[in-house]
Amino acid sequence: MLEVKQIVKTFFKGTVNEKVALHGVDLRLESGDFATVIGGNGAGKSTLLNSIAGVFPIDSGSIHINDTDITKMPEYKRAAFIGRVFQDPMLGTAGNMQIEENLLLALRRGKRMGLKWAFVPKERELFRERLSLLGLGLEDRLTARMGLLSGGQRQSITLLMATMLRPELLLLDEHTAALDPKTAENVLTLTDKLVKEHNLTTLMITHNMRDALRFGNRLIMMNNGRIIFDVRGEEKKKLTVQDLLERFEVAGDTISDRMMLGT
Amino acid sequence: MENLIISTLGQGLLWSLLAIGVFITFRVLDIADLTVEGSFPLGAAISVTLVVAGVNPIISILAAAVGGMLAGVVTGLVHTKLKIPALLAGILTMIALYSVNLHVMGKANVSLLRMDTVYTYLEAMNISATWALAIVGLLVAFLSGLFLFWFFGTEIGAAIRATGVNPQMIRAQGVNTDTMIVLGLLLSNAFVAVAGALVAQGNGYADVGMGVGTIVIGLASVIIGEVLFGTRSFVKSLTAVVLGSVVYRIVIAIVLYLGMPPNDLKLFTAVLVAIALSLPTLKAKWQSR
Repeated sequence: MLEVKQIVKTFFKGTVNEKVALHGVDLRLESGDFATVIGGNGAGKSTLLNSIAGVFPIDSGSIHINDTDITKMPEYKRAAFIGRVFQDPMLGTAGNMQIEENLLLALRRGKRMGLKWAFVPKERELFRERLSLLGLGLEDRLTARMGLLSGGQRQSITLLMATMLRPELLLLDEHTAALDPKTAENVLTLTDKLVKEHNLTTLMITHNMRDALRFGNRLIMMNNGRIIFDVRGEEKKKLTVQDLLERFEVAGDTISDRMMLGT
Repeated sequence: MENLIISTLGQGLLWSLLAIGVFITFRVLDIADLTVEGSFPLGAAISVTLVVAGVNPIISILAAAVGGMLAGVVTGLVHTKLKIPALLAGILTMIALYSVNLHVMGKANVSLLRMDTVYTYLEAMNISATWALAIVGLLVAFLSGLFLFWFFGTEIGAAIRATGVNPQMIRAQGVNTDTMIVLGLLLSNAFVAVAGALVAQGNGYADVGMGVGTIVIGLASVIIGEVLFGTRSFVKSLTAVVLGSVVYRIVIAIVLYLGMPPNDLKLFTAVLVAIALSLPTLKAKWQSR
């Protein structure tokens, strides 16, 4: 469960470029909620995600995961609760390291790392089994360098890594935006499968309105640092792209070309 | 001639610890750490001063390692806690160490007149000074390689490597990258200080100015090793660095043999490193024509 209360974030405070990115956002995700987040450029989607992940401190408000107050917790400590996939496929994995090295670091997410030899044969079996789920033939390439893989392969592995240990919260920041349409579709299908399989509480930013409607049990629309629309369940199922476009117009938001292309 | 070959080999192996230290920061952590210019003479100063005071030479080397660790931690904290860029943090520590080293030795130069060193142990067994250097060099290079192979295969070691490659990714796995950077700098400068201690014991003196240019020598060794012996795996990279240090000494011995004035050595090394570092760029330019 995630509970975000009244969080405010201002960038470049005290300068002429001062910009309030989040105006007191409230959000509560129940355990198992899969929420998609849409909104125009500068709506505050990424700021919200990064605030939860602890990339930067927030001005005020509080963030709780399962009754643990993580508001002041540094980013690396929050990792014990949160699995993340970034927009840039290069960011989720260490390119200069082997596939299995990346996976074993993910298997120790949020745990104390010591001087134990990191390579355990039993874990290799687990890695092979997980990798075979991707259907990309990577299970036979455990010692290949991550840098040799394509963006889609790396993003798929990042997803596996983020869910290797069941996270309390999965944060996906436009994780298919940098991929070609076919690969993006595969990664989205994998995302949906993993989220359902582990019943993960998930927040997924997307610029693609159709994807926002297709996936998850909840849809959140942001505009100008606020959540302006939050639907779930049956109501969300009935929603159409046309409805969303109208919502955007009511909010006075400009719909970027990118979003239109995604309809 | 045999003497020249063995002594070149020995020097290369001894100095390979410096190259390993530079490899840890420059390649593993992706930081150009200039602390080495101060921690190398620091190791020398600590070791020589202790030996002169009657301390066992091996223990003096361990003390030098601890000194190097402290130097690395200082640079690490200045960089991660005070947010000063790594390059500048290293320069600050390097400059500060100049004064520290003078304090350690009490003067600018301390010599080891007829004192016991790690080499005299071997010489007592009827081994020539040149061979003693080579044997010690081989031993420490081998042990260091073994240690690092183990260390970078542990959980913490893997986390340090990931920190150098992709800090954002490893933070997302719950690792404090600041701590990893400090640890890496600690380890690197321990190796560099031990190199300083071993070189000083071999030369028979420690000098406050002996650190000048060590970063470039270290870089030269790392890059020569990578170009000649490859970087396909971590073990290969590590071996390449040690061999690179030996090749560097061979190159130096050859140019000196061919009559280059010793005064031009540092200029030569700097040009060598500049060329080696720019090779990828030059190659790309050449191919794009």
